[in-house]
Amino acid sequence: MDKNRVILITGTRKGIGNYLSRYYTEKGDQVIGCSRKPLKSQLPNYHHFCLDVSDEKCVKELFVELYKAYHHLDVLINNAGIASMNHALLTPLATVRKIFETNYFGTFLFCREAAKLMRKNNFGRIVNFTTVAVPLKLEGEAVYASSKSAIETLTRVLAREFGADNITVNAIGPTPVKTDLINSLSEKKLTALIQRQAINRYGELRDISNVIDFFLRPESDFVTGQVIYLGGI
Amino acid sequence: MVDRNKIEQIIFEAIEDLNFQRPQEDQLKKSEDTVLFGYSGQLDSLGLVDLVLAVEQKITEKLDKVVTLADEKAMSQKKSPFRTVGFLAEYICQLLEEEKDG
Repeated sequence: MDKNRVILITGTRKGIGNYLSRYYTEKGDQVIGCSRKPLKSQLPNYHHFCLDVSDEKCVKELFVELYKAYHHLDVLINNAGIASMNHALLTPLATVRKIFETNYFGTFLFCREAAKLMRKNNFGRIVNFTTVAVPLKLEGEAVYASSKSAIETLTRVLAREFGADNITVNAIGPTPVKTDLINSLSEKKLTALIQRQAINRYGELRDISNVIDFFLRPESDFVTGQVIYLGGI
Repeated sequence: MVDRNKIEQIIFEAIEDLNFQRPQEDQLKKSEDTVLFGYSGQLDSLGLVDLVLAVEQKITEKLDKVVTLADEKAMSQKKSPFRTVGFLAEYICQLLEEEKDG
């Protein structure tokens, strides 16, 4: 892998994605990011695309532009995601569709198009995002958690399909981190959730970049199809 | 009108790229009648992936068009566009024409 890697991160406008784009540009990597809306501030070594991650045409166009500009892609971090915390009996089908479109279809499209580019160089690292809501089977998160379950299975199967091209595919499952995504959860519920972890604290952004860094290390070329949950779930 | 000869040429170039990685006895012929995939086809599923990706890439490079060849439409055609080089060329022309018509 080059010292200055080309890293594509989805969902970079805020939260974890925004942190990761800053973290990797500061390390000297070239970062390409995307979100529905533009970024509030510009970063050096950063190029932003405005798109819906589940829009196949726009996603393909992003990869054409990426190929024209950089001719290769080292890393894809599929961070974009939306959540809806609600009892299943009160969840409209439109919400289910929206969550699966962004979380699962978006992840699938980016994995597919990234692997097309990565296999040219016989190298690639893909990191997907799941959640501790999957192993904890959290009530009120049926749709969000099942969209992430689908991502876990996708991760394991793609690891096998892309393995021959030296592309690793892994996933990280963060515990609650203080971002917009958990704004709709009550403090009481979050505290109860944290009590189910082996280490009872909120996740920090650095906990996430630490696991991603592990997946990206050159020495991790034999680590694929794995899901790492933070906090000791 | 999409130039079919140009499309065939693009497929032939993709075949040339593929042939670099194939043993001498498995070389694909650059002909409209070459059977690619299915009964008595020369490609297995991974070989087809390689060809489809190479053709998509060359279309983008040479025609500045973005196409997805393995879409629902391709998979549901009675006459598979991946059967022969000729069928594939025809299908690509059809896709590009449709894109032009909006």
